[in-house]
Amino acid sequence: MSRSSRRLLTAVAAATVASTLAACGGGDEGGGGTSAEGGENEASDIGVTETSIKLGAHYPLTGVAAPGYSEIPTGVAAYFECLNQEGGVYGRDVEFVYKDDAYNPTQTAQVTNELVLDEEIFAMMSGLGTPTHSAVVDFLNDEGVPDLFVSSGSLLWGENPEEYPMSFGWQTDYESEGKIIGEYIAENFPDAKVGLFLQDDDFGEDGEAGIRQYIDDQIVAAERYTPGNTNVGPQIAALQAAGADFVVGFNVPSYTALSQLTALQLGYDPQWFYSNVGSDPTLVGGLLNRFSEGKVTDAALLDGALTTGYLPTVDQTDNPWIQEFSRIWDECGGEGELTNYRVYGMSQAYTMAQALQAAGQNPTREGLVEAVEQAGSEWEGPVFAPFRYSEDSHMGTSGMSIERIVGNGSEVVQEVRTTDIGDAPIEEFDQEPATPPANAIPDEEAVN
Amino acid sequence: MSDLQSPASTGQAGKATDEPPVKATAGGDAPSGPAATGRTFLPQSTLLRHLLVLAVCAVLAVLALELSSPYQNSQLATLSYYAIAAGGLTVLTGMNGQISLGHGALMAAGAYTTALFLDAEEPLPLPVILLAAVVVATAIGALVGVAAARLHGPYLAGATLALAVGLPGLAIYFHDILGGEQGMRVRAPQAPESFESFIDAVSGNSASSTKWLAYVGAICLLITYFFLANLVRSRIGRTWRAVRDQEVAAELAGINLGAWRVLAFVVSAAAAGLAGGVLAIVVRLAAPSGFTIVLSLALLTAIVIGGLGSLFGALLGSALLVFLPPFVTNLGGDLGLDQTEAAQLAPFVYGVVLIVVMIFVPAGLVGTIRLRWMTRKAKRAMARAGADDTGSRR
Amino acid sequence: MDYFVNVTLTGLTQGMIYAAFALALVLIWRSTRIVNFAQGSMAAATTFIALALIQAGASYWVALIVALASGFVLGAIVERVIIRPVEGGPELNAVIVTLGLFVAIQAGIAIIFGSSFQSFPTPFGVRGFEVGDTTIPLTPTSLYIIGSVLIVMALLVALFRFTRVGLAMRASAFSQEVARLLGVKVGGMLTLGWGLAAVVGSLSGLLIAGGTFVWPAYMDALIVFGFVAAIIGGLDSPVGAIVGGLILGLALSYVSGYAPRGSALVNISALVILIVVLLVRPGGLFSSTTARRA
Repeated sequence: MSRSSRRLLTAVAAATVASTLAACGGGDEGGGGTSAEGGENEASDIGVTETSIKLGAHYPLTGVAAPGYSEIPTGVAAYFECLNQEGGVYGRDVEFVYKDDAYNPTQTAQVTNELVLDEEIFAMMSGLGTPTHSAVVDFLNDEGVPDLFVSSGSLLWGENPEEYPMSFGWQTDYESEGKIIGEYIAENFPDAKVGLFLQDDDFGEDGEAGIRQYIDDQIVAAERYTPGNTNVGPQIAALQAAGADFVVGFNVPSYTALSQLTALQLGYDPQWFYSNVGSDPTLVGGLLNRFSEGKVTDAALLDGALTTGYLPTVDQTDNPWIQEFSRIWDECGGEGELTNYRVYGMSQAYTMAQALQAAGQNPTREGLVEAVEQAGSEWEGPVFAPFRYSEDSHMGTSGMSIERIVGNGSEVVQEVRTTDIGDAPIEEFDQEPATPPANAIPDEEAVN
Repeated sequence: MSDLQSPASTGQAGKATDEPPVKATAGGDAPSGPAATGRTFLPQSTLLRHLLVLAVCAVLAVLALELSSPYQNSQLATLSYYAIAAGGLTVLTGMNGQISLGHGALMAAGAYTTALFLDAEEPLPLPVILLAAVVVATAIGALVGVAAARLHGPYLAGATLALAVGLPGLAIYFHDILGGEQGMRVRAPQAPESFESFIDAVSGNSASSTKWLAYVGAICLLITYFFLANLVRSRIGRTWRAVRDQEVAAELAGINLGAWRVLAFVVSAAAAGLAGGVLAIVVRLAAPSGFTIVLSLALLTAIVIGGLGSLFGALLGSALLVFLPPFVTNLGGDLGLDQTEAAQLAPFVYGVVLIVVMIFVPAGLVGTIRLRWMTRKAKRAMARAGADDTGSRR
Repeated sequence: MDYFVNVTLTGLTQGMIYAAFALALVLIWRSTRIVNFAQGSMAAATTFIALALIQAGASYWVALIVALASGFVLGAIVERVIIRPVEGGPELNAVIVTLGLFVAIQAGIAIIFGSSFQSFPTPFGVRGFEVGDTTIPLTPTSLYIIGSVLIVMALLVALFRFTRVGLAMRASAFSQEVARLLGVKVGGMLTLGWGLAAVVGSLSGLLIAGGTFVWPAYMDALIVFGFVAAIIGGLDSPVGAIVGGLILGLALSYVSGYAPRGSALVNISALVILIVVLLVRPGGLFSSTTARRA
């Protein structure tokens, strides 16, 4: 990798951005809140008019990756719809344009060109997928388009703000998640023989790296599957043959279901621990419950499995965020019911609303990025733990709780702990969870 | 599929005697038509004529790129890599009668080669890198071609289909070098300063990186099509068509069928390699998920829809791939569908277009127009001939 | 040793699934000399019809029969309306038409039924049998799959070998002119061939879906492996389809289970196996004639 030469280039780019930032540092002092207070709305940058602000995103809406993921933008759109009904941000309606990339990086590049050059969006938000978003991260940064809250736990978006000054992660990265899982196992299952069931890409790699920091000596096998190859029989059989009695899966939801069904065939019954991505209990449990009825006598297959959480889930009907999101989905959403994917999208949209408010009455692209860097770590919202946003890190939220799946819901077995990539320590997080403001619309001060 | 042509020609043998082009293979035969009338030209003048066309096309390309918006520039860049690969494939499938469902894999070879070379501390000049992409894809194409020359029809289809799925999988296995599932990011090469002054002189537009990539694509496209057009009109092209249409006669005439089939595969693989190289710098990524079976099948549909065996048809079919989906999605949005429904509509309409074109315009868009023109010409000629010697023969 | 048995049995079940799909391809090839790339999405369409019935309260078997019947109707309609105009034309055109159909039907399923995961029930259990004190990955459901595929294969062999209809279908596919001269209603035979192939395809779709979950593109992976299995077997032979499916299923399972990071090598292995088979026998393992020329 020509990391060094790239760094040189981006250092120059970063310097340019920094000077531009300094130049617009003394911008307007718009008050916080959602209504225009003092000053007039101006068309302050590309994608911003006096009455609207345009955001864009790419998702797999068709094809192999569409199940589940295609629900995220409907959640985002529902949140913005309700936000607009309440006056939007500084009186501007948020216009959310999302395009289908079929989880194909070639198409991601095409639709991103369309969003940036033709739709002329102000910022990208929530673009989904590691390989897909990799294809456009250079382009977005070269064009100076803010690239907020990428829907992927890869380290790529937040690890090195010098290389990608416009990009920000959002969810807990896979390495931090692996560390928290590893520590939990070391403390609570010190005698477990651990097997890893990993997707054969950065998702599995980062998660494995995190886990191995804590329980390297406990791991007896690490099996990898390639997405698209639906026969995981050999991998699960290998975990069984290695004598693993505790299996940690860094896999997507469909492979949670496949691994469970395969284990059932093999009569293999270890303690399962699925990372957050693969563990949507409503989705996976719904898929598996049907086989548990009648033909399989015991309760839901996933019952008793462990997982991590950084967001409330739809089964927690007494959680005030879920109550607000349910209301928003009823009032502003489309067909279907509220799912965890839609909660994910709404939570991202909530953070986006905070960012837009913090960017001030007449936001610029640079101002938006600066606002996230300066104020982002203070924002409270549906996510359990704070974001790590600063000038040195664009990583998303840092903390996770550990939960046990019970029926279609879950109970917390370890309260939220926070950490960071590398050898950062894991710390307990003792702040009270935030409660949603009125109408679940944030009220952040403008920072610049 | 090589043995696919035969039922068609036997089925219409009766008509074929008085109408020069057999309907079914008209698209494929069409290039030989002008070539036949052009026998009076010297070979050099074919080259000169092509040079003239090349110059005109270059001017048109500059006009198209300078009069269109930055987004349309990026669409034209996309069009260029589809069209380069489709041009190569139309030589293989259209001229030589071999089907390939695996050209996406050859594009992947070109793309990964480009990505690896551009990743170097001090990358070589872009033309050298793209040449390397061509060389690597050509080498793989030669290997595949040797195996493919023995295979016919669905067996060739199946083998190339397995190639399309299998080869990109290697990038996952060798993830340390090739980046695995998330792929290798490609730093788009910088435009030389002369490019900026050129754009400034021509139109005064800003010489953005999007524009530079579109120009790189257009230049590669023009060079490829110029090369292919000359090849097709040469002795080589005629031999390919002979191998396709008159296998036994060609063999009796001392033509080594296998060698010519391999050569066709090699030429089309070279084009696919270049297309892959252009794709890598335009998309700025080489990743397995960019080279799924969908890409290979899209190329095949492009050349058949456009008109099999015609380079212009390949270009037209590629344009359909690039411009139809966003058009349908936007149309769906205008009709009041939400954005998810509009996105689902695009593949549906694409599939229906494929079916409708094949049913109503079986020779493809270009092929059908040519067919009409040639039929009319033939009828006129026959009418004239009939008027000249009425009765004398009967 | 347990591990070997496990890998072998998962490969066996997987191979039968490839075989089921390959059988449908063989049937269409034998009756019309067309490779139907839309087979997968046609099967997915009827599987979603069955799922809609099951969700509305119908029993699995009622849904199965309705799905097979609708598969026959779909196949017949497709042949009459869409394939008929391109029959006798260049076969590449037929290939493009089936590709168009593949894309359009899959998109249609997503539009009508949505694109989320949905679980599909099976009438039999999904737990492995217990042999001694170990559980082997052979379930009542996989026995149901294996049994169904073998029965279908036997019926197809019988159809082509012992019945007049089967003979007429083969004749129509081999040479329409000759068949017509012999008094065979060629058009009807072609429609029948597509209808039957779609029934077998629908069955394969239901068998694959049973005890796992479906989404509009769930048959995609099978299109390639099912096709490769059919080609390994020789494309012309129902028995070959089964053998091809089993070879592929077992080989890929061993690669996945024994090679380091084997799951990533599965796709390239399918290519290698296919090339090796075709280099030895260019017409597949069970081809009765040598590859036809031109």
